[in-house]
Amino acid sequence: MRVNKRRGLSTAVAAVLAGILLSTTACGGDDGGDDGGAATSGPVELTVDTFGQFGYEDLYKQYEASHPNVKIKQRNVAQLDQYIPRMQQWMATGSGAGDVVAIEEGILPTYMQQRSKFVNLFDFGAASLEQNFLPWKWKLGLSPDGKQLVGLGTDIGPMGMCYRKDLFAKADLPTDRDEVSKLWPDWPAFLETGKKFQSKVSGTKFLDGPTAIWRTTVAQEGGKGAGYTYFDTSDKLVFDSNPAVKTAFDTTLKFQTEGLTANMRIFTPEWQTALKRDTFATLPCPAWMLGGIEEFSGDNGKGKWDVATVPGGSGTWGGSWLAVPKQSKHQKEAAELAKFLTSPEGQLAAYKSKNTFPSSPKAQQDPAVTGKTNAYFGEAPIGKIFSEMSSQVKPIYLGPKNEAVREDVEDVLLGVGQNKIKADQAWSKAVEAAQKAAR
Amino acid sequence: MSVDLRPAPAAGRRATGPAGDRRSPFRSRLSRLDVKFSPYLFISPFYVVFLVFGAFPLGYTVWVSLHDWELASGLRDFVGLQNYRELLVDADFWNSVVNTIGIFVISTVPQLLIALFVANLLNRRLRGSTLFRIGIILPLVTSTAAVAIVFTQLFAADYGMVNWLLGLVGIDDIAWQADRGWSWIAIASMVDWRWTGYNALIYLAAMQAIPKDLYEAAAIDGASRLRQFWSITIPMLRPTIIFTVIISTIGGLQLFTEPVLFGGGRMEGGPVHQYQTVSMYMFDNAFRNDDYGYGAAVAWMLFVLIIVFSLLNFLFIRRTGGTK
Repeated sequence: MRVNKRRGLSTAVAAVLAGILLSTTACGGDDGGDDGGAATSGPVELTVDTFGQFGYEDLYKQYEASHPNVKIKQRNVAQLDQYIPRMQQWMATGSGAGDVVAIEEGILPTYMQQRSKFVNLFDFGAASLEQNFLPWKWKLGLSPDGKQLVGLGTDIGPMGMCYRKDLFAKADLPTDRDEVSKLWPDWPAFLETGKKFQSKVSGTKFLDGPTAIWRTTVAQEGGKGAGYTYFDTSDKLVFDSNPAVKTAFDTTLKFQTEGLTANMRIFTPEWQTALKRDTFATLPCPAWMLGGIEEFSGDNGKGKWDVATVPGGSGTWGGSWLAVPKQSKHQKEAAELAKFLTSPEGQLAAYKSKNTFPSSPKAQQDPAVTGKTNAYFGEAPIGKIFSEMSSQVKPIYLGPKNEAVREDVEDVLLGVGQNKIKADQAWSKAVEAAQKAAR
Repeated sequence: MSVDLRPAPAAGRRATGPAGDRRSPFRSRLSRLDVKFSPYLFISPFYVVFLVFGAFPLGYTVWVSLHDWELASGLRDFVGLQNYRELLVDADFWNSVVNTIGIFVISTVPQLLIALFVANLLNRRLRGSTLFRIGIILPLVTSTAAVAIVFTQLFAADYGMVNWLLGLVGIDDIAWQADRGWSWIAIASMVDWRWTGYNALIYLAAMQAIPKDLYEAAAIDGASRLRQFWSITIPMLRPTIIFTVIISTIGGLQLFTEPVLFGGGRMEGGPVHQYQTVSMYMFDNAFRNDDYGYGAAVAWMLFVLIIVFSLLNFLFIRRTGGTK
């Protein structure tokens, strides 16, 4: 008896210790994401996981006001590259994910493969929403057999080119956005403008770094060509055989070898610091990037930035979907929230807040979008610029390991900028990196 | 203790009769069990926790490392030793090993020497010695992340304070992030700032345990301070030095937080992996490339590496300290 009691005690101690450890590690792993089996009755707290800028803050308040039993908790991560591993762990371990999660275009293929971990939004009355979205945006959120709707589209990323008027004036370049757009019909012309700029202005680079232009050119060339980039539609790595990738790489590489970039990776702390200074003069800008510039550049950049058209025609970068993981304890409420946030009205409100360009044709035609100007960007008619671009956007197929390949090839380009990789070896290094990342 | 109690129930048996007869063998067996097993039960909490959080993950990592294991796609193919075969010829892996050892050497060697020097200073009679002793261990109280973030700012290439100070004395900007050697030095300085005081305190404690009469005798024989340090202090500190070297080896080879934050929270350790450590390479494969099997194999190689290095250091220090 005594022995048993002691054993009971020690196991109890062990259990308590284990419990403490478990709970502390759980807290360390995510920022208290699990709502520990909250009952469905009473107020429901919904967690929404996003990254970068979604512009949902006002919408949350609006939704909470119209649904008094719902409280919304936002968890936002600044960098997509840091959001990806978190998401992976949540989905693999079956816990920790929010009730609504944002899925970016680059990781959508990965989660389309494991769509069994997400609820079918058709079960929550989403079938009637099809006309709310561009056909390709709707289709990408749908399983190949068309039976499961994994995600509802949020925004798309039609491209523009942001530039600093004050720095352009210093370099005796035109500052008016129409004339600036005429400077660079294509990337070679953009390169020449860059050389001209840097011969006049010292201490400032023309571009932020190789990563934004790499993504832009890959999307453009992929859209012009086969409709895919690093991976073909059967998910085979075609990095070294797809001419679109090689063209985009050569275009980007030129800016590195000519020393026209500040050699930064977008959204890193140093890049954010650089936006507060005069470190670079141009930045390839998907619609949603304007929100980021405004946030990071702050008062320093106010009235100095403007938007012109992007060289080489349109292209798309970014754009997301909202999905509801099956691990959510409030699937119904979460699905309703996702439907609300992705509705034309929701997309419109997000657009007004952070300039995330809507994927809903109805919202796109709304005068609030087409006629929108942006005070921060010198009253630029951003609605008109991005609407024109969005009509030219061609969807691109992305493979499940798209993001890993992209990041590792970006490293090679950054290495060239640091003079650690010779330009003539860059392509073979990039192919090697892509093969390794795709393994 | 319960052994001594045995005669008492035996004496009571006769009085209580048959009922007690049946119970007492059971009781004595219980108390024998008690003597045999209670000590194990008392120490079991540690082992239970260790089993769950130490041994099990260790074993499970072996299992994972034998697979082509992806979290995202749910792929789990048994591939045997394939991951290890690839790893042994993986240039990026060996690059990370070289980085780790490089940073380890340039951080640990000066760190322990400075610690020894500082401890020796603190071991003398000083005014306000407690204040100094507390002072040297203060960096240890700050969080690694905070240290790393502040140092990363100091070592920033464009607007960092270190380059600004160097500029004042006419030295050109150093690309702390881009250059392999400089990035190692920057990271090593973070490690040293945090751990030198800790090691100094351990040395100090050991120095104070050295009998004073040894020094007095040496002083009478005419040995200088330096001579006393080399001939008395160092030999007497040998076990302590071995301890600090092994602890530093384990910590140094697992280096992770400092280089990660130095690279802005990214796992590549610079575009050409110039300061990617083995731990970062493991994380990079497992979590970013979603290749858990390969990441697990890297984890095991790191484990082996640490054991090999600890043994080498142990032998080396014992040999050098053993000359009389």
